[in-house]
Amino acid sequence: MSDLEQMYQQVILDHAKQRHGHGLAVLDGPAVGESHQINTTCGDEITLRVGLDGDTLASVTWEGQGCSISQASASVLAELLDGASLRTADETMEAFKALMHNRGVPLDDEREDLLDDATAFVGVGKYPARIKCALLGWVALRDAIARATVGTEGSDHE
Amino acid sequence: MTPTLTDVRREFPILGRTVRNGKPLTYLDSGATSQRPQRVLDAMAEFERAHNGAVARGAHLLAEEATEAFEGARASVARLVGAREDREIVWTENATAAINLVANGIGNASAGIGGAASARYRIGPGDSIVVTQTEHHANLVPWQQLAARTGAELRWIEVDELGRMRLEQLETKVDSSTKVLAFTHASNVTGIITDVAPLVKRAQQVGAFTVLDACQSVPHIPVDLGALGVDFAAFSSHKMLGPTGIGALWGRAELLDALPPSVFGGGAVMTVALEETTWHQAPTRFEAGSQPVVQAVGMGAAAEYLMEIGMANVAAHERRLAQILREGAAALPGVRLLGPVGEPTLNDVLGLAAVVVDGVHAHDVGQVLDDHGVAVRVGHHCNQPLHRHFGVPSSTRASAHIYTTEDEAALFVEVLGTVRKFFGVSS
Repeated sequence: MSDLEQMYQQVILDHAKQRHGHGLAVLDGPAVGESHQINTTCGDEITLRVGLDGDTLASVTWEGQGCSISQASASVLAELLDGASLRTADETMEAFKALMHNRGVPLDDEREDLLDDATAFVGVGKYPARIKCALLGWVALRDAIARATVGTEGSDHE
Repeated sequence: MTPTLTDVRREFPILGRTVRNGKPLTYLDSGATSQRPQRVLDAMAEFERAHNGAVARGAHLLAEEATEAFEGARASVARLVGAREDREIVWTENATAAINLVANGIGNASAGIGGAASARYRIGPGDSIVVTQTEHHANLVPWQQLAARTGAELRWIEVDELGRMRLEQLETKVDSSTKVLAFTHASNVTGIITDVAPLVKRAQQVGAFTVLDACQSVPHIPVDLGALGVDFAAFSSHKMLGPTGIGALWGRAELLDALPPSVFGGGAVMTVALEETTWHQAPTRFEAGSQPVVQAVGMGAAAEYLMEIGMANVAAHERRLAQILREGAAALPGVRLLGPVGEPTLNDVLGLAAVVVDGVHAHDVGQVLDDHGVAVRVGHHCNQPLHRHFGVPSSTRASAHIYTTEDEAALFVEVLGTVRKFFGVSS
C-alpha cells in the first residue's frame, strides 16, 4: 500500500461520502454548545453542535465543507462519540491527537480500541500539512463541549 | 543567444532533487514562490563571505563595497521594471509591505503627518477608494483598513464569469470622489493580464492615484512601469527567482517624496529635534533601520538573470505552457478551469491554470499530484472574494516559470485526469 493509499483508506473515502451526524440537530437548553472552526489555509469550515445530558454527549451533529480528510474525520467523530461519556470523549480526543502526531505509526492496542474507525487516519500523520484537516472537527468538538459545559454551569447560578 | 531550457534548468539545483516516493520533482508552484538559480545563491553567499559591512554608515572599504552592492541591486531592479530613476525603487519586506507602505502613508497624510507636501494624499469621509473583485488579499485588505480608518468609502469593480474586470464599470465606480484606484496587473487565479491603459486613463481623469499589484507580472512578462502610467507598484523578490524577505515598491519619484513614511526611525531622517523630524527624500525616507542587504543583493542578481534571458522570451515560453496547462485541463471531464481558455485569450494569460475538480476537494487533488512528484498550490491562493465569485471555496493551481518544461505541464494534466477515479467520483 502506498503512502497515498494508506492515507485515503476506503473507510475514509466512505465516510467522506456518507457523512454521519451531518446536518445540525435543533437543540434547546443550557447544555448545548456550538463551535465554528475554519482552516485558514484552505477556507474549509465546520460547525459542530453538541448537546449534553449530564456527563453524556447526547447529541453530536455538524455541518461544513472541506476536503475528504476533514469531512471523513468529522463523520467518524460523530459516529464514535454520539452517546459517549465526556470522559470517553476526552480520552478519544487525546488519542486521536496522539495518532496525528505519530508519523504514520499505529498507537497501542488500548488507544486503537478507543479510536475504532478513527484508526484509519493513521496515514495522515505522514503528511504534516494534512493534520490540520483531520483535526478540524475534533478542535470544534473540544470547543463545543467547553461551551456546553459553561452553559450548564451558568444555569446553576440562576 | 537565448539559453536553452536545459541550460536554464541546470541553473536551478533544487530541480535535480527527488521528492515523494523517489519521484523527480515537477515544480508547478512558482506562482506561490519561485525557485532560485545558483547565481542568486552565489551572489548572496559571496556578499556575506567577502563584502559585508554596514550600508551607508561606515567610512571603511567594506562599508563602501556593501553600499555599492546594495545600491547596485537597486539599479538592477529599477532597470528590470522600467524605473526612470533608481531611487524610485524602495526596498520593503515583501510586496504586502509595499502596498501597506502606500496605504499607511496615505493614512498618515490624512492624519496631518507630512504637512503641506503630503496634503495631496489626504482622504476622508466623502472620498472613495476603488479596488477590483479579482484582487489578492494583499491588495484588498490594506485598502479596506484605510477606508475604515479614514471614513472613506471602499468600492470595487466587479469581474465577469471568466474573471475579467468589467471595465465598463470604471465610469460609475471611479468618480470625482475617488482618491485611490488599486488593481492587479495579473491575476494569481485566472492568470488574466490586465489591460492597464483604460484604468490609468480613468484614474487620471478624476485625479486618483493608481496602485498596481505587479507581483505576478514582473516575474513573467515584460513590464515597463514608467510607461504604464501608474503611480505606484508593488512586487516581491521570491516570485521572480530571488530570495524571500524582500520586495519592492516602485513609485514616481515626486510622489514618493511627498508620501509620509509609516515606519519611523534611524536612517530615514534628515534632521531630528526633540519636537520634530524631517525626512530624507525617497527611497531613504522609507528605509528606516537596518535593511535586508543580502536579500537585496539576491533580488538584484535575479533581476539581472531575468534581463539576460529576456522578459519577452520568458513570456513566450510561458505562453506555450499556459496553452498546455489550460487547454489540457479544460478538456478533462469533470474539471473546470477558472478563467478563460482558447486561442484569442492566450496572449493575455500567464502560464498558470487554477482548476476545480468536480466532487473532489482541492486539498485531495493536490495530494494525488504530490504523490506523482507534482507540486501545486491548493486552497484559495489568498483570493477568497474571487473564489466566492466562481462559487467555489478553493482550487488547485499549477503555475510555471522559466524552468518549467512542456512535459511537466503535460504531466500535471495527465495526473489531474486520474483524480476523479482515485476518489471514486467517476467510473
